[in-house]
Amino acid sequence: MVAETEKKSVKDYPEGADRGAESTPAVEFIDVVKYFGEWGQRHRVLHGVSYSVPRGKTTVIAGGSGQGKSVTLKLVLGLLKPDSGRILVDGQDVTRLGRKKLRNLRMKFGVLFQGAALFDSLSVFENIALPLRERTRLTEQEIEERIAATLETLELTGHEKKFPAQLSGGMQKRVGLARALQLDPEIVLFDEPTTGLDPVMTREIYDLFRRTQERLGYTAIIVSHDIPKVFDLADQIVLLNKGEVDVFTDVAQIKDSKKPYIREFAEMTLGDLFSADSKKG
Amino acid sequence: MTFWAKPFFYLGDNCLYLLADLGRMGMFLFAALAGLFKRPFRGKEFLKQLHFIGAGSIVVVFFTALSSGMVLGLQGVYTLQKFGADGMLGSGVALTLIMELGPILTALMVAGRAGSAMCAEIGIMRISEQIDALECMAIDPFRYLITPKFLAAIISVPLLTAMFDVVGIYGGYLTGVKLMGVSSGSFFNGMMNSVSNHDIQLGLIKSFVFAFLLVWISTGRGYFVLQIRGAGFGAESVSKVTTQAVVLSSISVLIFDYLLTAVLL
Repeated sequence: MVAETEKKSVKDYPEGADRGAESTPAVEFIDVVKYFGEWGQRHRVLHGVSYSVPRGKTTVIAGGSGQGKSVTLKLVLGLLKPDSGRILVDGQDVTRLGRKKLRNLRMKFGVLFQGAALFDSLSVFENIALPLRERTRLTEQEIEERIAATLETLELTGHEKKFPAQLSGGMQKRVGLARALQLDPEIVLFDEPTTGLDPVMTREIYDLFRRTQERLGYTAIIVSHDIPKVFDLADQIVLLNKGEVDVFTDVAQIKDSKKPYIREFAEMTLGDLFSADSKKG
Repeated sequence: MTFWAKPFFYLGDNCLYLLADLGRMGMFLFAALAGLFKRPFRGKEFLKQLHFIGAGSIVVVFFTALSSGMVLGLQGVYTLQKFGADGMLGSGVALTLIMELGPILTALMVAGRAGSAMCAEIGIMRISEQIDALECMAIDPFRYLITPKFLAAIISVPLLTAMFDVVGIYGGYLTGVKLMGVSSGSFFNGMMNSVSNHDIQLGLIKSFVFAFLLVWISTGRGYFVLQIRGAGFGAESVSKVTTQAVVLSSISVLIFDYLLTAVLL
């Protein structure tokens, strides 16, 4: 088993340590602690969490509600600061970067938010065009051509003039995904990409994910409740429970775990798959 | 915690929260103002906001001004006639409107109409992660969202105030001169003799400061909707914070009105 992870402390990673871009993980959590709540009523969401996200692979973060899955994504993006510990993205500590450097680092990311986070006042076309208009020097004609191709791939042709409120949940997710991938990101974060979608649309989103990752080769971090289906995409599975993490390379490792809460998680979420294996054992 | 220690704990806790909130708002103001000097200048968004805050408030400001001016005209005649000084009506109406009512009522109307809308818009963008999405695309939300609102408010509120003054004076003229029979010559003559450049400048300075306060408080409250104590969550938080923004803007305008009058008069 990979995890039941070997814990590393902040001291193991001196500032400025040489990290070859290819050999280092895309993202590293080192002894990360995060509290929420006000003084006197604070509760710890992450208890000294340490693990790595391998480059070019897919890491699925799973766990119950309120276990800090979405918080993890916001920590990676520097939208939240941990109370202690470090988070390295390509060797750069996001907890210590200034606004400008953090903004430059965020250029590496594409994010699909849980509710798609489309801009209400912009049309589908304008939503997808926004990162291209803001962050590239493409001409308006080049942007139009590029978006037309994207819309065709995502089966959204004809909807470009609609506003987010006029789209179904699945269409909003697809527009969000199109926007997230416009700048060819190195790391893509998916926050509950299939929540609220029907099984057909869920499969479409997963197919789309596979195709785009194959084409762009990005590192993916997926937070999802869609278990066990989402595990099919995973090269690494991170289970969050009461602020602690366990890292697995596949479902078989989860089923073999001796930890009571992981066995309980496997029984509840992996269903028949787990029962059959247990009987064999 | 003992029974006697509790009040001190809550007092300290609230003081710390207040300091943190002031610090947040201060940093917010700094970032919004810094956005004024950074490129690209968002002309399209600025014009959109100018239209919303400025042009969109013309009707409400017009009727407030007309009504205030007409009431001032009536009450002015009623009061001044007691002293046989109804020739001072133009002077009284103009000075009251230019130095006091114009800036204050315009600011309160804009705070109620546009300030609440700006706060709700930014609050909804915050809770639906649209502001996070901007940050993730490496787009500065201050330059994209906040700074155009600041600039538009600072330009449009003084212009609306000027319109308020003109319409209000005309309202006073309508009731005082046309309805109550005060001499037209004495109305305008009194006004021109008593209103100085200093009075007009005081009114303008007030309207700039009020515009600044209302846009800062409205956008800031919306931006920090998730960090405001007692605001709750989701739609409820946006509703509470919008109410808070209008109340705080109005109170700040009234307090600063007194301070500016005391300092600049």
